[in-house]
Amino acid sequence: MRTLKFLLQKEFRQIFRDPSILRLIFVMPIIQLMVLPWAADYEIKNIKLAIVDHDHSTYSQQLISKITAGGYFQLSGDPVSYDAALKLVEREEADLVLEIPSHFEKDLVKEDEITVFMALNAINGVKANLGGAYLRTILQDFNREVRLKWVQFPRFNPDTQVEVVSSNWYNPLMNYKYFMVPGILVLLLTMIGANLTAINIVREKEIGTIEQINVTPIRKAHFILGKLIPFWVLGMLVLTLGFIIARLAYGIIPVGSFLTIYAFAAIYLLAVLGLGLLISTYSSTQQQAMLVSFFLMMIFILLGGLYTSIESMPLWAQYITKLNPVSYFIDVMRMVVLKGSGIGDIKRQLLVITGFALLFNGWAVWSYRKRS
Amino acid sequence: MTKGTVIQAEGLTKQFGDFIAVDHISFEVKKGEIFGFLGANGAGKTTAMRMLCGLSMPTSGKATVAGFDVYKENEAIKRSIGYMSQKFSLYEDLTVKENMRFYGGIYGKSDAFIKQKTAFILEHLKLEKEANLLVKSLPLGWKQKLAFSVAVFHEPEIVFLDEPTGGVDPVTRREFWSMIYEAADQGTTVFVTTHYMDEAEYCNRVSIMVDGRIEALDTTIALKKKYEADSMDEVFLKLARGAKRGE
Repeated sequence: MRTLKFLLQKEFRQIFRDPSILRLIFVMPIIQLMVLPWAADYEIKNIKLAIVDHDHSTYSQQLISKITAGGYFQLSGDPVSYDAALKLVEREEADLVLEIPSHFEKDLVKEDEITVFMALNAINGVKANLGGAYLRTILQDFNREVRLKWVQFPRFNPDTQVEVVSSNWYNPLMNYKYFMVPGILVLLLTMIGANLTAINIVREKEIGTIEQINVTPIRKAHFILGKLIPFWVLGMLVLTLGFIIARLAYGIIPVGSFLTIYAFAAIYLLAVLGLGLLISTYSSTQQQAMLVSFFLMMIFILLGGLYTSIESMPLWAQYITKLNPVSYFIDVMRMVVLKGSGIGDIKRQLLVITGFALLFNGWAVWSYRKRS
Repeated sequence: MTKGTVIQAEGLTKQFGDFIAVDHISFEVKKGEIFGFLGANGAGKTTAMRMLCGLSMPTSGKATVAGFDVYKENEAIKRSIGYMSQKFSLYEDLTVKENMRFYGGIYGKSDAFIKQKTAFILEHLKLEKEANLLVKSLPLGWKQKLAFSVAVFHEPEIVFLDEPTGGVDPVTRREFWSMIYEAADQGTTVFVTTHYMDEAEYCNRVSIMVDGRIEALDTTIALKKKYEADSMDEVFLKLARGAKRGE
């Protein structure tokens, strides 16, 4: 225990003497949490829409003003033909084209049926899909309004209509920041945890101080604990800082208890730090360690369920996410922050992450050799 | 093992793939002796020393250090030795005092011991004013003297020094050797590798390694007589001329 005290004293001194580590720990979370949630926006706004209106009737005008009133669409140009509209798409001045036929009003009134044509620029798939969906909803709305005004309802509606009314549970306003901020916090914790430990130990290898340590009778476990504990403390500090920012900047207060989150984070950090240790035992230079942890981080982030939902991934990719510690914490964060889940609800994730912590640390202790 | 022997090697060998870095070396070092371990670059000095310190696993052969077996009791060996590597390896971002405290602490020394010893060393090295300066701000010569002081801080039985005076000016080198003598006077066995042949003259006995083998081992006087040379420099050149491994 006394040895550990000396090790911890040394590590903390070195950490607090290194301005770059302090900057990384305090400035990185602030910047990421202040900037990313605003920029990494799921909502699609400012979709550029080119409308080819062949009808120029009252109804077509009504439809157009209804589309632009929502704030999602911006009209671009006033193309006279479909070809002219496509030119706009080619010049990237339009994402969507809506063609209103010349007999729009007449058919709407007389035949009670119309067809409009919609073309999507699918280069930006997300924008095209969401834009298309918004537009379809607006058209349906318009359709219903017209029917209400014009069509004399028979006593019994000949068509059975099923209307879907949805209500968003846990995030009623669909505020995507509630969704993103806890996720970004998880990524931050992961990056700080794994990178700092890996680089710290590899740096001792590069400088040669690790040899001086290896020639002392120090126990492997003591040495590794001496490295883990300081970064564990820093990780918990970053988490706290993150929650303070989430509250001040976004008004996010977890529905569930902080205790649940911190309990999970405590074990999660051990797993991530263990991964960092593992990377360090297999790297001999800081560049190697950085590249390996970069490679892993990319996979962890893209397959973590933050930017794309895991459920919509192909089955093989879903299996990979099962090996990704990040996906469990993002899951838990959202469950606790948005839904108010307790320890009982996250038992499975807790169990898996404990397994990861044991595996990574056990492996790291086993592969760390004082003698080559 | 003869009485008073602290290091004993018999056919100690280290092989990296096809390359035999250390080839069946055998020698004994007695308690309180200053044992010079000479050889050209790449002769295998550092590898041999690392095996004795428990940092490198021998491929074959036998060796004991401070009465402990290098294979099975390497952690026990570590309690009895001090080691100063070729590369300066104190923590540059800790102060002089903090480095001593840290190494004293991990060797299990008491706070009282650490305090007393630190004061003694600082006074001895005339580093009192620099005690709270970061090690990186010291000049190389001071760093080397400090590294030696830290290596013997816990008062080990044996201290291994790997080219301790590399890149150091002649005045500091002389001061460094007087520190080695002081340690030896207090009964510490010194095992030192060097390139400088004038330093070899300071040693009680020297061994000369060529291509992984020990080609000569004796007192400097006996070696000079045997090779009909005026200085150790000449002895070394006569032996090392046959070396096949270059720099």
